[in-house]
Amino acid sequence: MESHNADAPAGPPEGSPEGEGEAGRRGSDVRSDCWVAVETTQGGGLALELTSKVETLFGDAIRETVRDTLRRLGVEHARVRVEDQGALPWVLEARTEAAVFRARGQQGGEGPPPRASELPGPTARDRLRRSRLYLPGNEPKFMLNAGLHRPDAVILDLEDSVHPREKVPARFLVRKALETVEFGGAERMVRVNQLPLGLEDLDAVVPQAPDLVLLPKVETADQVQVAQARIDGIRAERRMDRPIWLMPILESALGVENAFSIATASDSVVALTIGLEDYTADLGVVKTPQGEETWWARTRLVNAARAAGLQAIDSVYGDVADEEGLLAWGQRARGMGFQGMGCIHPRQIRIIHRAFAPSQEELDRALRVVEAFREAEERGLGVVSLGSKMIDPPVVLRARRLVARAREAGLLSETEEPPESPGHGGEGSR
Amino acid sequence: MSTFDFVENAAGRQVPTRVNHRAQTPYQGVGAHTPEGPKAAPPIRSCRDYPPEGDKRVGDLRTALERCGLRDGMTLSTHHHLRNGDRVAVQALQAAAAAGARDLMWFPSASFPCHEPVIDLMDQGVVHHIEGSMNGPLGRYTSQGKMRGLGVLRSHGGRWQAIQDGEVPIDIAVIAAPSADAFGNANGSHGPSACGSLNFALADSIYADHVIVVTDNLVPFPCIPWQIQGNNVDFVVEVDSIGDPTKIVSGTTQITRSPDRLLIAEYVARFLRDAGIMKDGFSFQAGAGGIALAFVQFLKEMMRDAGVKARFVRGGSTEYLVELLKEGLTDYILDGQTFDLKAVESIASDPRHVPTSPFTSYNYHGKGNFASMVDAVVLGATEVDVGFNANVNTHSDGVLLHGIGGWQNCLFSGCSILAIPAVRDRIPVLVDRVTTLTGPGELIDVVVTERGIAINPRRDDLQEAVKGSDLPIRPLEEIKEEVEGMIGGTPREPSLADDPVAVIKWVDGTVLDTVWRVED
Repeated sequence: MESHNADAPAGPPEGSPEGEGEAGRRGSDVRSDCWVAVETTQGGGLALELTSKVETLFGDAIRETVRDTLRRLGVEHARVRVEDQGALPWVLEARTEAAVFRARGQQGGEGPPPRASELPGPTARDRLRRSRLYLPGNEPKFMLNAGLHRPDAVILDLEDSVHPREKVPARFLVRKALETVEFGGAERMVRVNQLPLGLEDLDAVVPQAPDLVLLPKVETADQVQVAQARIDGIRAERRMDRPIWLMPILESALGVENAFSIATASDSVVALTIGLEDYTADLGVVKTPQGEETWWARTRLVNAARAAGLQAIDSVYGDVADEEGLLAWGQRARGMGFQGMGCIHPRQIRIIHRAFAPSQEELDRALRVVEAFREAEERGLGVVSLGSKMIDPPVVLRARRLVARAREAGLLSETEEPPESPGHGGEGSR
Repeated sequence: MSTFDFVENAAGRQVPTRVNHRAQTPYQGVGAHTPEGPKAAPPIRSCRDYPPEGDKRVGDLRTALERCGLRDGMTLSTHHHLRNGDRVAVQALQAAAAAGARDLMWFPSASFPCHEPVIDLMDQGVVHHIEGSMNGPLGRYTSQGKMRGLGVLRSHGGRWQAIQDGEVPIDIAVIAAPSADAFGNANGSHGPSACGSLNFALADSIYADHVIVVTDNLVPFPCIPWQIQGNNVDFVVEVDSIGDPTKIVSGTTQITRSPDRLLIAEYVARFLRDAGIMKDGFSFQAGAGGIALAFVQFLKEMMRDAGVKARFVRGGSTEYLVELLKEGLTDYILDGQTFDLKAVESIASDPRHVPTSPFTSYNYHGKGNFASMVDAVVLGATEVDVGFNANVNTHSDGVLLHGIGGWQNCLFSGCSILAIPAVRDRIPVLVDRVTTLTGPGELIDVVVTERGIAINPRRDDLQEAVKGSDLPIRPLEEIKEEVEGMIGGTPREPSLADDPVAVIKWVDGTVLDTVWRVED
């Protein structure tokens, strides 16, 4: 499936066939995608055969995109078939690139250099990460409008949502999406495959400067370091200086046991998260909507993450229709010390943001504490008090942090901002 | 093929001066055309010519048509209450064919894919042309220039207006009735093929020269309620089945699950709330499209939270509107069409769920109509241009695929909202100039897409009302440019021939635009 050699069916009379490759999806139920088959030949130039549901409006533009891509890849002689279901230009490019890569026996898949000037700025180490929306890496239609739903992050997933046969085209598609798609201020994350396959994913996606890479099924610090070394190598080679953060996913009993060493394996690790499907499978227990069976693992993760000065991020809630269950899960997770969770559908985003938002009482109290702190500082007092109560420094710190987060989440207007921007001293840094 | 003279109308569109041998008035502008003269009327009849015991049954459709004086070139009308489950329209035209009739004009209130066999009847010369909505296969056939006359597309209100004008004299109306008695009283709310209301056939029952009621559920006199009055009916025909119940109404109407469409629906509901339109005693209209259904669900929660209830809701009724009624969030449903089983049950049993007709709701020749009394309406479109002009009839490739329905009539509401994805696959919805003009931009107030909400600059009151809202209010051009950046520029213009295949009528009977033949 990945590639065929010279014993493929007979090519056009002009030249004998060399290699064949295909990528993408075909069929009338496919939307915003296309299928591209490339058969490179000895001679005869380019023969392009196109069927498209938008032929009248975009037929010429599609042919031009495919020809330009082939030219850029140095393909001069080939028979190319394209079945288009309304794919955008970048999808046509990614599918053509993947088909050519396969036709050449998995060679020459290097993409263009990153267009760094057009990228959104790098993301902060401890930015708001309440929601991260999973997008299957081989499904362009979900990527196009993902940013409109305002998740804190999107995850272009190369791992579990991609069929093993589709890993190569997904890699090309995700790379192109990082280069092209506007995600509306969401942090651009990629979940690579488990190592060693994940290393090839890193080769493909790191040049396109994702903000964060999720490493699945991490069990030891050493795995994080291997990935980090690969990333550092690519960044050095390409002279990239923007940070690429890491978020290891613990998905086994061993991974959870090693949580702290994984958290501290690299300076780039900014958060730990957990994959409960695999973790419960490893334990041999059933995953329940209440999640008692994973309570220890999750508190262990929270503690390890906090000990390392990182964010703790919860797993996903699998029942999209159960909005109340999701809200309850999110509120419990917040109570345990998690700062966010994953989303498998855009409708979950807002519910998760609600679950991870402080209550109005919490927020009011935090604002009063921050205000009391400001007054105490102004008057040069060493002790902060609110009414008749003395406020301990950790309470002040927590209040300032809560206010800062609430502001980042848009829960506070500018006028409610404390006069001095709260730093992340202590809790947020290491 | 006859040749046409064209004139540029007030919307800057080239329209033919004659359509199917009738002189036409080009579109003059919204409210600019003043129709004059008396309304049309059917010939005088006498009760002495009808059976005194009230039994008007005849053996079959062909006999009924022949006794109505079926001749070549007549106009035969049918109705779309049975939607895609309808068997009567095709049976009636086939019975006319069996009786040897040719060159008929078919005048349906709307057509569906189930009416595809009419293509064969046109090829055979039985049907000359269609004046009514041309959906799916019939639209494609028309677009390819295969129909002999010009298609004439009218709104639901425009169809009533054309009948009253005398522009379309109906020779024989064939009314499919889920319940009827032998006298011809009929309704759509009862029986195994129940569809809700029958009121699209009301004008035909009053104005046609001859009226035939076809039913598969004959009840003893009186058939209650009599949405169609037997006093207007010539003959009653009993058949085994008037349609496929599973296609007449859906068991349940489905709310969209598409996250982008849900986002659009939520924006619509928030817009109505933030603009202050959602207030006690307000009214709105929503159809049965996925976005419209979802918008009602979002609005419902907002109404509950705000303690607001509507005076009436117009539909396209579905179980979601019925829930509003049952929960007391609206006093009435004024029902134009009934789309699912729960709504059919409701209209048959709840006196607050009231059937309406194009006469009460939409008719240009009425002394007012409900459409302009509705506070807000949520509609779709295939294209909207930078002047807020919209197209619901053709796709961007120029192919005729949809009828007008009540869409044009609804534009007269207090706030007409088009709720549409800004891009479908690669095809942009926001364009420089609509392929076909169905609705003038001055009547379209708000365009809601997943990428933002554009308010017509003419409505600075709405702009003002939503100041301070956190909704993504953006200029239409800005959303358009963003989409064009995504899809790789503007699409190529479709290649259209210079011969017309159909015209789009405005609600007052003037010609708003021409649909051109699509070149292969």
